[in-house]
Amino acid sequence: MIDYIPIGLQMLAAAALAAGLMGLSTLLGRPARSRTDLSPYECGVDPFEPAGKRYTVRFYMVAMLFILFDIEAAFLYPWATVFRDLGLPGFLEMAVFIGVLLIGFVYCWRRGALDWD
Amino acid sequence: MSASAVIFYVLASIAVLSAAMVIWSRYPVHSALYLVTTFLSVAGIYVLFEAEFVAAVQVLVYAGGIMVLFLFVILLVNLKDTLGPRVRLHATFSSLIGTAVVGLILYVYSQGRVPGSPGAAPMLREGGNLQAIGTSLYREYLLPFEIASVLLLVAMIGTIILARQKT
Repeated sequence: MIDYIPIGLQMLAAAALAAGLMGLSTLLGRPARSRTDLSPYECGVDPFEPAGKRYTVRFYMVAMLFILFDIEAAFLYPWATVFRDLGLPGFLEMAVFIGVLLIGFVYCWRRGALDWD
Repeated sequence: MSASAVIFYVLASIAVLSAAMVIWSRYPVHSALYLVTTFLSVAGIYVLFEAEFVAAVQVLVYAGGIMVLFLFVILLVNLKDTLGPRVRLHATFSSLIGTAVVGLILYVYSQGRVPGSPGAAPMLREGGNLQAIGTSLYREYLLPFEIASVLLLVAMIGTIILARQKT
């Protein structure tokens, strides 16, 4: 448990920084709040379009593929720690796992899912 | 109460409160941010149970990847539809399902099948959490592990087919 004290301290420091900066700007800033102050700010010009506009589905596809390969990588961590104990069977089962995902990777590549245009 | 029990109740309260805020927020982006808080609190609870690997995966995959996915889904949907009055039917069904799930959890808990107090099983303490997971995952649970790769493959192909550009 003692190993996690630095993480706790970092979280406290982050919270203190956020609270401190927001508190300071409340204390030192101009108190009057008009409608203009609260309106969306876009480099000084009026916003061109609502912020809730729909984005292209490609972002979603990239995010989805990222998660899938992220999960694949997560499986590699426990395998790497017991790699020597598992021996050849362990190597082969990971080879099958990666092999199946390699099919998916080749499919992504062939279908142009990794190209933006 | 011991120190770990205090930490557990603090983290559990944060998790439950921010989960409630996920539902109560009117703006989907606010819900997503509260969901990150829930994920991180749950990761903290995993650390408390000495399940460090699960905690790390929780942060990497859920607080990292799944949250990005949620945000992109929010960017994809038409937000104007969600800002109207809450849909009554939807809320009724959600509460029914939620009550049923809570009832199920309480039932299983009352049967004594879930260990009640924080603290890891002795097996996990020796040789490290990650090795214990590795050994059991790649020896005893070999088939589910290989099936997981097929599941990931299906998800990959499904994404590409669904998000295919009609040109």
